[in-house]
Amino acid sequence: MSEENRWSQALKEILSGSFTRTVLSIILGFLVGAAFMIASNKEFIESLGYILSRPGDALGAAVSVVSEGYGALFRGAIFNAEAETFERAIRPMTETLRLGAPLILAGLGLGLTFRVGMFNIGGTGQLITGMIFATFVATRLELPFVLHVLVAIIAAVIGSTMLGALVGYLKARTGAHEVILTIMFNYIMLYFFTFLLRDPMLLGEERATGNPKADPAAETALLPRLLGDEYALHYGILIALIAVVVYWWLMERSTIGFRLRMVGYNPDAARTAGVSVERTYILAMGLSAAFVGLAAANQALGVSIGVTPSAHANIGFDAITVALLGGSNAPGILLAGLLFGAFKAGAPSMQVLGVSPEVLGIVQGAIVLFIAAPPLIRALFRLPPGQTTNALGAIRDRLLRRGGAK
Amino acid sequence: MTITELAKEERVGFKSPAVMGFVGAVVMLFFGILGREGEVAFEISRRNDVIQVPAIPVDSSTLGIFSGVLMLAIAGYSLSRSLKNLRTPIWLSSIYGLIGVIALLGWLAAGAAVPIAFIAGTALVLAVPIMLGAMGGIMCERVGVTNIAIEAQLLTGAFMAAVVSSITDNFLFGLFSAMIGAALVSMVLAVFAIKYLAQQIIVGVVLNVLMIGITNFLYQQWLTEDGENVNFPGTMDIIRIPFLSDIPIIGPVLFENRITVFLALIIVPTLYFVLFKSKLGLRARAVGEHPLAADTVGINVGRTRFWWVTIGGMSAGLGGAALTIGNAGAFGREMSGGFGFIALAVVILGRWHPISAALAALLFGFSIILRVWANQVSPGIPTDFITMVPYIVTIIAVVGFVGQSRPPKALAVPYTKG
Repeated sequence: MSEENRWSQALKEILSGSFTRTVLSIILGFLVGAAFMIASNKEFIESLGYILSRPGDALGAAVSVVSEGYGALFRGAIFNAEAETFERAIRPMTETLRLGAPLILAGLGLGLTFRVGMFNIGGTGQLITGMIFATFVATRLELPFVLHVLVAIIAAVIGSTMLGALVGYLKARTGAHEVILTIMFNYIMLYFFTFLLRDPMLLGEERATGNPKADPAAETALLPRLLGDEYALHYGILIALIAVVVYWWLMERSTIGFRLRMVGYNPDAARTAGVSVERTYILAMGLSAAFVGLAAANQALGVSIGVTPSAHANIGFDAITVALLGGSNAPGILLAGLLFGAFKAGAPSMQVLGVSPEVLGIVQGAIVLFIAAPPLIRALFRLPPGQTTNALGAIRDRLLRRGGAK
Repeated sequence: MTITELAKEERVGFKSPAVMGFVGAVVMLFFGILGREGEVAFEISRRNDVIQVPAIPVDSSTLGIFSGVLMLAIAGYSLSRSLKNLRTPIWLSSIYGLIGVIALLGWLAAGAAVPIAFIAGTALVLAVPIMLGAMGGIMCERVGVTNIAIEAQLLTGAFMAAVVSSITDNFLFGLFSAMIGAALVSMVLAVFAIKYLAQQIIVGVVLNVLMIGITNFLYQQWLTEDGENVNFPGTMDIIRIPFLSDIPIIGPVLFENRITVFLALIIVPTLYFVLFKSKLGLRARAVGEHPLAADTVGINVGRTRFWWVTIGGMSAGLGGAALTIGNAGAFGREMSGGFGFIALAVVILGRWHPISAALAALLFGFSIILRVWANQVSPGIPTDFITMVPYIVTIIAVVGFVGQSRPPKALAVPYTKG
């Protein structure tokens, strides 16, 4: 292959790769969101009436609503240049980290099942089970600091894992589809949690107010603040970062991960190679739910007010989009979780400006819809089809002077 | 498949008599022997009905024991059928369920009255969105396309019905646009599944996220600002069918409803006939079971799938319209509230059969009204468990405890011409 050919081949590989597709999907998602913001903007609609005589007005209105909306998102989620002090200016970033942590954790869990060729739609149910266990430890047991937090986190992981493994067992044993099982368990656990929170004898408040709610977690059981009392950011993000590394090692380097991926690629081949596919299903669902359990601990132990039935904050479903956008791999899920965490952090400051932050839900949905269909993005941008050559690897190797692929 | 394997598959197990016996014993014990004191009046007529039938008063615990005995008797009969390797007929299971429901009502309302027509009528109205969503689901899944996006379709239908009815002041336009809106959602699913060969479950989940996002945004940005003009449709008129609506119980429940309920009652049997008695349905099922074979005999797999999925979306959109202009009136944030996922369960619970699925939808509708009503007649009973029952029943059904539920063979498998 000549030098020029190699470079153009490498360019083709980059264009057909998942990275390019992901970036284009995100850009397209934001464009769709912008379209909705413009179309629902009053000044823009009014200026449409005289668009032929003064098209500049419509354009101006469109540009201003989009820049205001996404500007507010940036200020609310990353850096607020308008703040008086530097400490306040970076607070949005810490909020993004705080709200992104549970998304990353649950996203890792759901990504794991995607890699095994399964669909865990039951993030919510597993999250709630973990929260039940964590809330019990945090409000009903008295333990010294550090130990209390650790026991509560472990309890959450055990609780979630049990439900996940149960789903895996039912699938392995009876062939029932995990999508239906997990959706049903979402509801069952939600109502069970509500029931527990109603009764002071169980998990409800000591002085029951009639609304299902738990007592605040004991101070010894709360996840400590990471950057002092000025920021709400707590150790949850550290747990998430550790979990990302563990997930990477588990999936890419360990034998368990190899087995999981093998079943994901081709269950029949895995079975022929002597892997127990049934046991792998149970293992995968259990491991997946264990990550979700960490998200549950984050939800139950991260705030000093008592949990309510809605404390799952729809993380179970949002995590699906995180796992999809992140391509079910560790660094991808980390970035995707931070992106959607930023959406949550930036919502209030959009609200203040009168731009409905619900538009971020559209952006989120649109991004993942484009991700879900690689051929669509390829067709839209006339990208080359998937490449099986390794020109890029050869160039990289040569630059790093490793020799290798020719 | 060898003959022994066939015979093994044909074998009727002892699962249904076991479940029936267990539930019967539970009813006997908790609603009968350990039951609650007090009389229950089963009100058959409503106050302003033409034909007045006096309420039937019974003792709560006596009713429990009596129901328990009947249920155990049916379980015994089911056992004798199983011994002869015969299935328990579905009508008998339905009667069994009905007796259990009456015992539950009697137990809940000890010392009060049970307004039968009200409960059954509301259960039907609440079941209609689920039922129509499930019919949409069946249409998709019978041709081999998994539809997780029923929730999105219900939401779209509900939104379109409320908004278009408000703007045009015409409920018919509302109904049509609900169907068209949901059909568009379906078309996206169909195109992604058939043309782009995307993972159908993922596309479904993502469509849910997207439609929740879009309706939430439009609700917040538009409907709350300009509510009286664009989100104030009112509800459709209740149509009374003369004479038929005067029959006690059946009349007010079935023949005194909004058009959405009547449409559901028409769509369910129609779908049954089309699916199982017509050439069209045979082709559809062939595509869902064995697309290669269907293709070989000249059926266009892609086109069949596309149209069935689209029409399924229309049915679900109608279900969404039933939520707003057929029941609540105005559109509310995320008002489908998981009905789409319930519809998905109903499809499986009904084993991909329209009539059984409609009955399963009624079970869910009933559990919703039961919780509301039980809170009123006997506060303090943990109604969360009543709400849980249909979901648990679904799990029991999917894990194959009450007979096998077998999905269409080519479900969720994209078809590419080899």
